[in-house]
This record gives sequence, C-alpha cells and structure tokens, in this order.
Amino acid sequence: MADSPLPGLLDRVAAAAGRALRDHLGVDGEQIDKLVAFAGRRLTGEFEVDPFGFDPELTETVLLPILRPFYRHWFRVEVRGIEHVPDSGAALVAANHSGTLPVDSLMTQLAVHDTHPKARHLRALGATLVFQLPFVSDLARRSGTTLACNEDVEALLGNGELVGVWPEGFKGVGKPFSQRYKLQRFGRGGFVSAALRTKAPIIPCSIVGAEEIYPMIGNAESLARLLGLPYFPLTPTFPWLGPLGLVPLPSKWIIEFGEPIRTDDYPPGAADDPMVVFELTDQVRDTIQATLTELLELRGPAFG
Amino acid sequence: MVVGVARHLGARLAARLAAEPGIDRVVGVDLVEPAESIGAAEFVRADIRTSDVGRVMDRAAPDTVVHMNILATRADAGGRTPQKEINVIGTMQLLAACQRSASVRKVVVKSSTTVYGSGPQAPALFAEDMVSGAYTRRGYEKDAGEVEAYVRGFSRRRPDVGVTILRFANVLGPDIRTGLTEYFVLPVVPVVLGRDPRFQLVHEQDCVDALRVATVEHRPGIFNVAGDGFLVLSQALRRAGRPIVPLPTLGSPFVGGILRRTGVVDMDSAMVRFLTYGRGVDTTRMRTQLKFDPVYSTVATFDAFAGARTRGGLLDRDRIRAVEHTLRGVLTGEDTRGR
Repeated sequence: MADSPLPGLLDRVAAAAGRALRDHLGVDGEQIDKLVAFAGRRLTGEFEVDPFGFDPELTETVLLPILRPFYRHWFRVEVRGIEHVPDSGAALVAANHSGTLPVDSLMTQLAVHDTHPKARHLRALGATLVFQLPFVSDLARRSGTTLACNEDVEALLGNGELVGVWPEGFKGVGKPFSQRYKLQRFGRGGFVSAALRTKAPIIPCSIVGAEEIYPMIGNAESLARLLGLPYFPLTPTFPWLGPLGLVPLPSKWIIEFGEPIRTDDYPPGAADDPMVVFELTDQVRDTIQATLTELLELRGPAFG
Repeated sequence: MVVGVARHLGARLAARLAAEPGIDRVVGVDLVEPAESIGAAEFVRADIRTSDVGRVMDRAAPDTVVHMNILATRADAGGRTPQKEINVIGTMQLLAACQRSASVRKVVVKSSTTVYGSGPQAPALFAEDMVSGAYTRRGYEKDAGEVEAYVRGFSRRRPDVGVTILRFANVLGPDIRTGLTEYFVLPVVPVVLGRDPRFQLVHEQDCVDALRVATVEHRPGIFNVAGDGFLVLSQALRRAGRPIVPLPTLGSPFVGGILRRTGVVDMDSAMVRFLTYGRGVDTTRMRTQLKFDPVYSTVATFDAFAGARTRGGLLDRDRIRAVEHTLRGVLTGEDTRGR
C-alpha cells in the first residue's frame, strides 16, 4: 500500500493544499493535527496500557480534559499542601470520602495531576462494585484506578507509584447529609499495613466541598437491595428531576494534602501487628478530621 | 514421554525434544494420529482416560513425562462431557501411572492461567500462590483447577519426583488454532458492551521453548508464563482491523447459540468471563526461578498472529494510516509519511 503511487500523489497534493492554507490564509492546523495523530493511534491500536489497565495517553488527552471544566469553574477547587506529595517514589494518599457519587476521587486525581510540579498520576483504589459495572469499570481502569485489594496496593506501591485510597468506602460516600464532615470508620486498616509493608509514607488528604454536591436526604433501601447497590440515594433533585438531578450542586472545594506520616522507621513485622496498624489508622483519621474542621471554617458558606 | 501430541503444541514440542542432543528417545502419546510431523519422536496410540497409558509407561520407562493433554475448548474434545473426561480422568490415570513408575524422575504439566479465573474481584496481577476457590467455577476453569489439585496430590505422594507446572497465558501465533484465535478472525467480532478486558499472550514459539526448558532443566515449582506487556481487547481488534459489535452479554444462550450453530466460534463460560473481565498474571517468578525470557511480548505475539491470519479486515490499519497521513498533510502542509 505504501508503495502504490496513488496515495503518494494524494499526500503531495494534501501537503501542497496545507501549505497554501497556512501561508496564504493563515490557518494553522497544528492543534487539529495533534488530535488527528491521536485519533490515528487510537484507531490503529498504537498505544500502551500498564498491567493495571492504565492508559496515560487516553487519560491525559480525553478523560482529564473532560473533568477540567468542573474542577476549575464548577467546584473552583483550591489545592493546598501539594508540596507534601513527593516528586518521585511511592506514597499513599488517604482521604475522606463523600458526595453520594465518588466525584471526590476524580477531582483529587485531577488536583494532583494539574498542581504537582511533576504532574504525577494518582492511582486510585476502587471498590468491587466499580469493577462489576460495565463502562464504569472500563473507564476506571483506563484512568489508572484498580481494585482496592492488598495485592494491587502493594504492587503499585512497590513500583513507586502514588496511590490514592478512600478508606471510608461506601460508609463515607453514601452517608446522609446530616452526617457531613463526620469521618466514618476506616475499614480494617488494610491500607496502613500495605504502606507499612512497602515503607511508603501516608499523606492524609482532607477534601471539603464534596459533601454538598449531592446532598443525600434519604435512602431507598429496598430499591437499593433490588438493584444490588449499597444504597439508592434520594437528593433534593434526584430522582425527581430525572437526568437533571444528576447535575452536581456547585459547591466550593478545598483539597489539602497534609504532612506525610513516615512508615519506614517501624520494625519489620509491624504490618502484622494490629496494635501498630490501629494506632496509625487513628492518627491518619484524626489528622483528616482536624483539618476538615479547620478548612470548613476557612471556606465559609458552601456555595459562596 | 510427551502426552498429547495430536495437537499443534504437543507435536512441536515432541519434534523439538527429539532433536535435542541430550535426549535419547521421545515417545509421543495420543488417542489419534498427530496431524503434524512429530519429527524423530515415536508415536504410540493410547487412550489417556484408561489404564492403557500405564501400560505404555511400563514399556517405554520414561524418566520425564510432559502432560499436555488438557483441552481448553470443548470443541476439541467433541463436547463438554468428553472434555471433562479427558482433562480430569485423563490426568488421574496419567498420574496414577507416574506414581507406580520406578523410572519417572520429573513431571511437567502444561496448565493455564485460567486456574485463576476472572472476575470483578480479581487483583490486577495474579501471583502463583493466589489461586482461590472464591470465584464461581464452571467448565474449563473447574477442570484446570482440579487437574492442578491432582498434580499437587501426586507431588505430595512422590516427593522424589520433580514437578513443574507451567501456567500459560493464552497462546497465540501464526499456526496455532484455539478458541481465541478463531474469535479474533471473525469478520465482525462480538464484544461485551462497556467492557474492555486486558490480557496477556504467549507466542506459540515461546510456549514450546518454556516447556523445553522445564523438561530439560530441573526447575520444580509453579510458574506463570506470559509475554511482556498487555493488550486491551479493543486495541487488539483494531490492530487486527476488525469491526466490533457490542452486545450486552456474550453469555446469553441466544448469542452463544448463534455463534456456535453458525460454526464461527464456540465460547464457554470461562471464555465469556475472560472476555468480560480480562486477566493479568505476575511473571516475576518465570524470570527469576524458571530463568525463562519470552522472545515475543504480548503485542509482538498478537502482531505475529495478526500478520498471518487477519489480513484485509474491514478497518485495515494501512487504510486508516493512509487517511491519517493525507489529513495531516492538509493540516500541517508537510508530507507526514514516515514521521
């Protein structure tokens, strides 16, 4: 195909047309050219995913740009303490979880990528439910999320990745609006033992603003059970307004990364010592709770 | 002694071993005559599901037995019932014969990463010690797990025999025919809506080489064998130039029935789950302990296969590239070919 004369001729004509466009009409196709090259690579399968299914090119070219308007203009995210996130090497970011839908993990991923000097990717950990749903599971893997299980966390930290965990899980994201900014139980502390085993520092991360995006005023439990979901949210707008109810409320967000908690000065075997694990878990939890209270005061009204 | 030489990989391994200078004699066993040449190896007809195999073993007195008679696709066996008989009863008979034999020093089993299953709760990378019975298992997944359980039982009873289990990712290449190869050459490929499973591949040449290493060297243990890197299904199908039809599920009797009846591809539940959730295995041990480095990466394996089998698909890559070059020519005013 490359040797046949017709496409060669076509290409020369195309190049001439392009030169004419650029030189005489001042049309610069550089940006569109990049997109066409990208589309060409996607259509011919010229891209790479890592063992966890992470597709950096797709994430940077498509997924993050879709989220960016929400991040900048809708939630007006303010990021503090990004200098606590190391430039290289493993670290575990542990954050509070809220908002009915896990929009906070997406925004944190974008916050790290856009404000960190090395534009690091935060590799989020997701619940099993994420990987049971079609489309969601696919997008999650593409954007670097993997299953929250010890094997995967340790493998990622072992590779020197920056990993994000929301230890409250469904208890946090699906809690009623009246419980906002009250941290729930932190699972079984599996993330702490993974950090201890790989000697990765834990960075407490406090997110203010996500609580108000879909205020959950009720939970249709029987419907949730029927659909096999952990909860079925009722908000002031959902499901009453149909798809419109899915539009998040424009609350003001602050994401603060706290001082890293070191895990490399514990004796070997600490990861299997429940006392050490519980103490560290509590330390992370208390730090986040205290920062949340401070940030709430600093932010003022939610929709201001 | 190589059991299961009627099919492609078995025949190639038998021929390869027979040409090896350090090996005096290679006996190839199967129920049917090999379709391909097995080189200097001798063919012995025996039914692995009966005690025939024990008699062959008494006569041949092999020091090494390579078990490759585990069938992944029911079509190869002529249905699910014979498939299970061959896999499970066949393995039991073969191991019984090995246990009795005074000559056997080493057993090599060609297993598969299917033993890990696939599902939403699976870790991204399975290491060798992560086999769990937590997932629902049916069909070939169950067979693969049971076969390994019998092999482990055997190695407990005969600790003097070195046992190597190689768990291969899906084997692909220009010559081999499996359920997956036939799936990839469909003119229009059905996929699960909203799913893009990732997977690893082994080139057929690497598969034979890994089995050779396990047979010739002494490397007891369990090893995952897969090429470097990953592919996702949509990416693979684009590399093969195949258009897709997304379906809500591949597991419904309706879809499965149409595919089977029209003779295109026979998908069992294990393959459906694989094409929904994908799978990944950790190959560290393959490098450090088996000391085996595959020549072909996952992508190179797929391209070798695609180059031989999937020319001229509807969305041929060359055509897309030609369109891309022309378009970029207009945009930049430069001939982008070769850039």
